[in-house]
Amino acid sequence: MALNSKVPHGPLKDKWTDYKNQINLVNPANKRHIDVIVVGTGLAGGSAAATLAELGYNVKSFAYQDSPRRAHSIAAQGGINAAKNYQGDGDSTYRLFYDTVKGGDYRSREANVYRLAEVSANIIDQCVAQGVPFARDYGGLLDNRSFGGVLVSRTFYAKGQTGQQLLLGAYSAMNRQIARGKIEMFNRHEMLDVVVVDGKARGIIARNLVTGEIERHSAHAVVIASGGYGNVYFLSTNAMGSNVTAGWKVHKKGAYFANPCYTQIHPTCIPRSGDYQSKLTLMSESLRNDGRIWVPKNLEDVKAIREGKLKPTDLTEEQRDYYLERRYPAFGNLVPRDVASRAAKERCDAGFGVNATGEAVYLDFAASFERYGSEQAKIQNISNPSPEKIKQLGQEIVRAKYGNLFQMYEKIVDENPYETPMMIYPAVHYTMGGVWVDYNLMTTIPGCYAIGEANFSDHGANRLGASALMQGLADGYFVLPYTIGDYLSDDIRTGKISTDTPEFDAAEKEVSERINFLINNKGTHSVDHYHKKLGKIMWDKCGMSRNKEGLEAAIEEISALREDFWKNVLVPGTATEYNEQLAKAGRVADFLELGELFAKDALVREESAGGHFREEYQTDDGEAKRMKEFQFVSAWEYKGEPKNAVLHKEDLAYENIEVKERSYK
Amino acid sequence: MGILSTSIGRKVAMALSAFFLMFFLLQHLSINVLSVFSPEIFNEVSHFMGTNPLVQFVLQPVLIFAVVFHFIMGFILELRNKKANGKSYAKNNGAANSTWMSRNMIWSGVTILAFIALHFIDFWFPEINTKFIQGDWTGVIEGQEGFRYHEELVHKFTNPVRVGAYIFAFVFLGLHLAHGFTSAFQSMGGNAGRKKIFQNIGKAYSIIIPLGFIFIALYHHLNH
Amino acid sequence: MNLTLKIWRQLDASDKGEMVDYKVTEISEHMSFLEMMDVLNEQLIASGKEPVAFDHDCREGICGMCSMYINGEAHGPDRGVTTCQLHMRMFKDGDTITIEPFRAAAFPVIKDLVVDRSAFDRIQHSGGYVSVNTSGNTQDANATLISKTAADKAMDAATCIGCGACVATCKNSSAMLFVGAKVSQYALLPQGQVEATDRVMNMVHQMDLEGFGNCTNTGACEIECPKGISLENIARMNREFLKASIKG
Repeated sequence: MALNSKVPHGPLKDKWTDYKNQINLVNPANKRHIDVIVVGTGLAGGSAAATLAELGYNVKSFAYQDSPRRAHSIAAQGGINAAKNYQGDGDSTYRLFYDTVKGGDYRSREANVYRLAEVSANIIDQCVAQGVPFARDYGGLLDNRSFGGVLVSRTFYAKGQTGQQLLLGAYSAMNRQIARGKIEMFNRHEMLDVVVVDGKARGIIARNLVTGEIERHSAHAVVIASGGYGNVYFLSTNAMGSNVTAGWKVHKKGAYFANPCYTQIHPTCIPRSGDYQSKLTLMSESLRNDGRIWVPKNLEDVKAIREGKLKPTDLTEEQRDYYLERRYPAFGNLVPRDVASRAAKERCDAGFGVNATGEAVYLDFAASFERYGSEQAKIQNISNPSPEKIKQLGQEIVRAKYGNLFQMYEKIVDENPYETPMMIYPAVHYTMGGVWVDYNLMTTIPGCYAIGEANFSDHGANRLGASALMQGLADGYFVLPYTIGDYLSDDIRTGKISTDTPEFDAAEKEVSERINFLINNKGTHSVDHYHKKLGKIMWDKCGMSRNKEGLEAAIEEISALREDFWKNVLVPGTATEYNEQLAKAGRVADFLELGELFAKDALVREESAGGHFREEYQTDDGEAKRMKEFQFVSAWEYKGEPKNAVLHKEDLAYENIEVKERSYK
Repeated sequence: MGILSTSIGRKVAMALSAFFLMFFLLQHLSINVLSVFSPEIFNEVSHFMGTNPLVQFVLQPVLIFAVVFHFIMGFILELRNKKANGKSYAKNNGAANSTWMSRNMIWSGVTILAFIALHFIDFWFPEINTKFIQGDWTGVIEGQEGFRYHEELVHKFTNPVRVGAYIFAFVFLGLHLAHGFTSAFQSMGGNAGRKKIFQNIGKAYSIIIPLGFIFIALYHHLNH
Repeated sequence: MNLTLKIWRQLDASDKGEMVDYKVTEISEHMSFLEMMDVLNEQLIASGKEPVAFDHDCREGICGMCSMYINGEAHGPDRGVTTCQLHMRMFKDGDTITIEPFRAAAFPVIKDLVVDRSAFDRIQHSGGYVSVNTSGNTQDANATLISKTAADKAMDAATCIGCGACVATCKNSSAMLFVGAKVSQYALLPQGQVEATDRVMNMVHQMDLEGFGNCTNTGACEIECPKGISLENIARMNREFLKASIKG
């Protein structure tokens, strides 16, 4: 099947408007005869469910958590981008589009990104109307901050909890529809398969995580909004339950999986402290606005610091290497995430890591304390302030901006970041890859859609900060509700989809057999044993930098590990009770397949782009080297084992933006 | 009764009756303090309060209603709260996050209820008997000069057991007020943003009122 | 360090349940409390026993899923943290730690330490929203000015993560802090004004229907709240409720 992205014709800036004017709509009276299933209740799934219900469709929403409000979008800290140009600093739809395509290293689809930039301003209007308490200035207007990789302030925020507030906004919109009876909510339910009838997605098989019951749910369309697959690394900033299962199941039923190797490794996370570590904690990228990143210049100092003989604050300016400012004078500490992460890895690999594991660099706020403190002293008319006074005044400003993050850091690390620099290290954070979708956000299974992080579309090879929230809400509030109507307009006379069909029987049987197999396997190793092993292979061989040899080894190792898993995994308990191990076993089984496809995708992509860095393809000064011949989306078709997956290419054309060497120097 | 069927409504009613009772306590203490300084003025005021129709036939029934209402509602709330609780914890460290007073309003309340019973037997029942059953509204005991109130008061505090019981009860009254005062304002939606002032006034009130009563009891006990 | 754990084990909602003792060894002080529970569970799985079921997800203190009552306090002895952010450095070698589920009649136990908090969702369904369509055809975000003080206070109320620590801590199992935070967020913003009367009446009504207790203003909820939601929000809800009752 040839990939058809279905991007409408016409000038870039009119595409979406013209397209909306032309697509088919469903009459309001007919919408109530149409059911839509939405899997996941994060920003994308929650906003989509609420909007579809509001339009009149009957929505069934699924979440594995105990409430829609707990989806992992809630953990996003920094903010959400929108081309409002409230600051008058030259922002525009085109500039947001440009920054996003450039930030994505010219590997995203132009028309999708432009549409995203276009609807971004609406998101802010919408959320304010919902009562989302964005930060404001003293005049009562909305405040903005700047984020990595861009030259304007377009990021709206709600303290360090922007994701939480936006998700609670979407959750509140869902609540309104649940109260009206238009959304039927299934909490603590996990989708375990999609049901395809006559080539169209017509329902799902879900498991009630409390009772273990296997349920059939039918609908005229299925929307996958289940987030990213960063947990394939075991350690990531994702929630413990975040998984690829929904996306992987639709892949196995015919949806192509695109660019699995594009993974974002976020530069500012709290470093790992030991083998027991279960997850990593992110510190908002906004910290890089005011923090300077450095390691000692001399290896002797590194050694002394690791042994506790020297404190970082003892080092003079000359003894420090502010390596981002040194290498990228124009953007300094605000280079995009992939660049900042690789630079940290480069220093740590060279032996300059400052903690016991050798995997940490400093994020230092001393300069900001001084800068803000001096400013405050002037504002408050304090003449000849002492250095202590300046520091104290500066700390107050920093506390007001990032107080909760500093507190979180201190709780986890047990060090006071006001007195000693923070230690940070990159961690897996976001996956740009995902289920392939066309301009309508429909996968290669008709009637099956993928939105938010679960799809691949807008961020190319690297996502800019504060753009994930933007994409999730854009997809859910403003894109999918229009495009899905075009498809559903054919279904107004279909009537209720029966779950009593051979297709549902077969899907349920497959799900039950797999569950029974896992429960009855009675092997020797726990699920986590395998997940940790997979994570180590992924991090070592498919992490921040990759090479041919490592990727080939990874494919073999993951394949062998998968075989071992199915032979020797031990899942305690039964299938008819609340059984977290059983749920996790299913998720890890899918990660064990995805991981191999991931490595294969990385192996095939013989270039470096954004989050995908191949050691063989770098410039003389160690920057990512893109290859013209790889200017395409890799969309993989499932053919049994991951190693047999078939590659389909969607060529990327850039008509409105000049493809350049990405430089932040 | 609509509002009393809601949780906040019940708490508001609780607070309103508490306000009335707190006002009553202040008034009661002010009059009783007079007994220490001037038996004459005390007698005059007592006679006024005991014979004024407005006090006797309007304020007194309201007071009785407030007392009865406050107690019954207190018990109803306690029962409802117990029901809301479900199974109790094997280990619960209440002291980590709240004061003893706030967690034991029901017990300080029950102590005060027991005290009120004693107090009624001591003062109120004899008063009612004199006025309403025997129909004597003069406030004078035959063959004696002046009003009887001060002497009756002093006489009651000769018994050390009674004085001890009163002091014990007043301590619990203090504990009840220490939480109840601010709590009533909070229930009425009153102390948002102004907590500190209310806490201080509450502290002062909950110390001064019981201490005043204790002082009066001890003063009369020791002076006679 | 080595620890003794006393943990509530309960098969399902209908089971009676009991406290069971476990021992864990070589616990690092840098572990989070849930990582210590992971160690215990791996140990139980390896010895053929059923692991302890507990709710958890983001493990960074924001999703509100984790919910243990540790040594007599919701989310344990530390302040301003959820259980997932509680670190073992708060405990000493040789300690005995009692771990129970959040208890309230409105939070029935599902299994072991997992409880059903859907009552919170139902309260939100009854009015925890602004009835505005998600079409995006709203006025410009800056068209209505909102004072920084009001926006900041609304934000403070809105940081509630819905974990239920307030209910678990409250001697009356009252949900007033949770409901008060939501009512306050909307009461402080102009967008919430239109429906203010109905919202507070409906949410309080639903709260009562779910079987939560009455507020005794002990203030325990404020202290145990991992997000430090202020008692002020309860007072504001009381005011809103009185206003709404008078308006009728």
